[in-house]
Amino acid sequence: MSTRTDSHRVVVTGMGWITPLGHSIDATWQRLMRSESGMGPITRFDARTFPTTFAAEVRDYDVAKFVADARVHATAGLNSQFALGAASQAWAQSGLARHASLNRKRVGLYLGAGEGVLDFDQYAAANLAGWQDGATKLDAARWADVAHKCLEQMREVEQEPNMPLAHLAREFGIRGPALNCLTACAASTQAIGEAYSLILRGDADVMVSGGTHTMIHVLGVTGFNRLTALSTSKGDPTKASRPFDATRDGFVMGEGSGMVVLERLEHAIARGATPLAEVVGYGSSADAFRITDIQPEGRGGAASMHQALAQAGIDPLARRSDGRAAIDYISAHGTGTKENDSIETRGVKRVFGEHAKDIPMSSIKGMMGHLIAAAGAVEFITCILAIRDGMLPPTINYNTTDPELDLDYVPNVARKAKVDICLSNSFGFGGQNDTLVVKRYE
Amino acid sequence: MQRRRVVLTGLGPATAFGLGIEPLWAALVEGRSALAPIRAFDASGFRAACGAELPESFDVKEFVLKSYRKATKVMARDIEIAVSAALTAVRDAGLTTRGTDPDSPPTIEPNRFGCQIGAGLIAADLDELTAALWTSKGEQQQFDAQKWGQQGMQDLTPLWLLKYLPNMLACHVTIIHDCQGPSNTITCNEASSGLSLAESQRVIERGAADACLSGGADSKLNPMAYLRQELANRLAHCPVDADATTAVRPFDPNAAGSLVGEGGGILVLEALDSALGRGARVLAMLSGTGASQSFCEDTVGLVPGANGESLADAIEAALRDAQLSANDIDAAIPYGCGVSAIDAIEADALSRVFGTRATTLPLVTLAPNIGATVAGFGAIAVAVAAKCVIEQRLPARLNSQCTPGVCAIAAASQSVALRHVLVFSPSLGGQNSAAIISRYESQGVA
Repeated sequence: MSTRTDSHRVVVTGMGWITPLGHSIDATWQRLMRSESGMGPITRFDARTFPTTFAAEVRDYDVAKFVADARVHATAGLNSQFALGAASQAWAQSGLARHASLNRKRVGLYLGAGEGVLDFDQYAAANLAGWQDGATKLDAARWADVAHKCLEQMREVEQEPNMPLAHLAREFGIRGPALNCLTACAASTQAIGEAYSLILRGDADVMVSGGTHTMIHVLGVTGFNRLTALSTSKGDPTKASRPFDATRDGFVMGEGSGMVVLERLEHAIARGATPLAEVVGYGSSADAFRITDIQPEGRGGAASMHQALAQAGIDPLARRSDGRAAIDYISAHGTGTKENDSIETRGVKRVFGEHAKDIPMSSIKGMMGHLIAAAGAVEFITCILAIRDGMLPPTINYNTTDPELDLDYVPNVARKAKVDICLSNSFGFGGQNDTLVVKRYE
Repeated sequence: MQRRRVVLTGLGPATAFGLGIEPLWAALVEGRSALAPIRAFDASGFRAACGAELPESFDVKEFVLKSYRKATKVMARDIEIAVSAALTAVRDAGLTTRGTDPDSPPTIEPNRFGCQIGAGLIAADLDELTAALWTSKGEQQQFDAQKWGQQGMQDLTPLWLLKYLPNMLACHVTIIHDCQGPSNTITCNEASSGLSLAESQRVIERGAADACLSGGADSKLNPMAYLRQELANRLAHCPVDADATTAVRPFDPNAAGSLVGEGGGILVLEALDSALGRGARVLAMLSGTGASQSFCEDTVGLVPGANGESLADAIEAALRDAQLSANDIDAAIPYGCGVSAIDAIEADALSRVFGTRATTLPLVTLAPNIGATVAGFGAIAVAVAAKCVIEQRLPARLNSQCTPGVCAIAAASQSVALRHVLVFSPSLGGQNSAAIISRYESQGVA
């Protein structure tokens, strides 16, 4: 591995989770280790007649427990609320709050936050008021008349996808570069990768990064149901998401946030912080193929993995001196759709060749669902915990082998393993592929 | 280590004056405004019934190959603008891509070709959605989720969601031009395009791509998106029979708000070595970028900060990145939308960076001509800045009669020596973006 100076090394010094499995790193991780599921019937709206009636919701969450003054976040939408909870954990763990001489202009933000939730009942009411039998066009003047009365200013402003940035900046006094990317299901992997790149370039010493999203709302479920991307399994919702299983029939929506504090190593050391892991590689590519389909050979995913490994100085086809494959664990995108899981498997084989079968690869989406823009950051954190604890989270509901899918998916139960280097993949609708490589801090 | 230089080799602005830099530049030099009553929908029920729309003749199908025409059915207006702007930029740069000529080898290797596009929050087309919702009314004429789940949602095309995901701008552009390198979508309101250009700069610098299609596009001319602009206190009072061409007055104490313009731009950003290697015409240099976050008393930035301190930080970061000092800057293009609170922090940022020179540093204001272009702004402004340094000319300024502290009073176009032009914008949400466009001289750094 290439030698990097401390100013060209980036470490993680804090992390936080608000997920369907818990409101902290420990609570969520313990449940992942026990193969528990966060799925249940959708409670946010009446989904009883929808093709998909279940999801993994964040339950009993109160943002006020996480922030200094809840009043300044009084109008925050769900994405911002989740982001505040996760980022507050990461910020507290990093110890930056106690760092008296912190230069806030050298602290930035890079999030992969989703668009906010529509004020749907009022929105629908305005739309219906602007319509008549047999119409082909909305009467926009009538719509405006009703919309002005029923849609609220702050509720609308808070739907902008950059509002989680605004809330986090306010909470932590951040004044450095602040960006939000929204590349569908790859967004927060990309955000962490770009945040890491900004530190490497010297544009910031610290970046708060991660993702936050919920699409568990009427038009979110509608949109994915129309795309036939969601599982429509009947019966027990905890069995619905079956990544890599031959009977998989789509993903299940989750929601929540994962956040990390990234820091230039020399900055972390100078203030006596404890590095949790080191980010060593980031890759990003576009399929440039079709708007709905993934390039069937896994070309795009392979390209982003190759880039990330090259940056980390890792040859995917070489073994380490102790005989281990180049990587100890892959956190899969593993949505549980027919197409994703097949092509992802193909892409990993394309990169790691005959070694692919020796690298455990699991998807936590069977347990906590697909957190869309937030998924990548949440999964990146599982890699750090796998390194910390020497434990791999399982792929649950794996019962029927798909003959094409012949890798080690860590079926059903968590596994003890020697873990020093992990790779985390995220692939988004629209052909966006992003990969991070993270290793034990030495 | 010598940093890889990033230059502009193709400009593809899309504005109410049409596609490409020439019609926009001609209108700016002549001092024409495209602000007029909105055609896209009946806007008489809103505070402003006027805005700036792409020309009536605009048709995205003219900007894609025949084989891709079907895909235009799943493009929101924002996507149409980005796709059209991208082809315009690619042609301007003299590139061969899969989108210009699928049978010829591409100028830029697909895996060395990136794409970073800024986008807004795209609102669903209400005609299509409401036609579907109409069949799912309950007894009190309210929306009935059970009817919707059972039947109503089936009326939406299966790909409905894909019209509105912000990353579908980049998705279509990468597919059309076969850009397989790093690709991203930045969503930071008015700072989106500027931050996307900065990201392309970083991607090219670190060697992850040799060229990027970069910029942004946004159309708020949809009742829902438009209402959000009104609720964000952006719009001037401008009924349909008012003179919209004089309604937007940036930095004038009598400014009374803005009008929205749809549009954006895609630019070809390229490593200087790549541009020289293929014998390309280098238009200008992207010599530095900067970004920052403002403190907003109201958290969300509806009131855009108490002062321009953080915006000044972004400008100073761009100056450092370009290894220039404030004295090197010859002109600036602010967001300049005519909303007093936003104009005020821009003026304050200028005075913090430029001191007393802020009163004489010529500003270029675009909103009186093409409206406030939100997520599309940075790319349009950078295209205009490039044209300024190429032509050694400043466009005319419209409308403002008195602009204390800054130099933005209405004036005719004039010929001026210009080496470095600053572009910047604050945003709703508090993100700030700045970029410096420099005249390209073949000896290298101007």
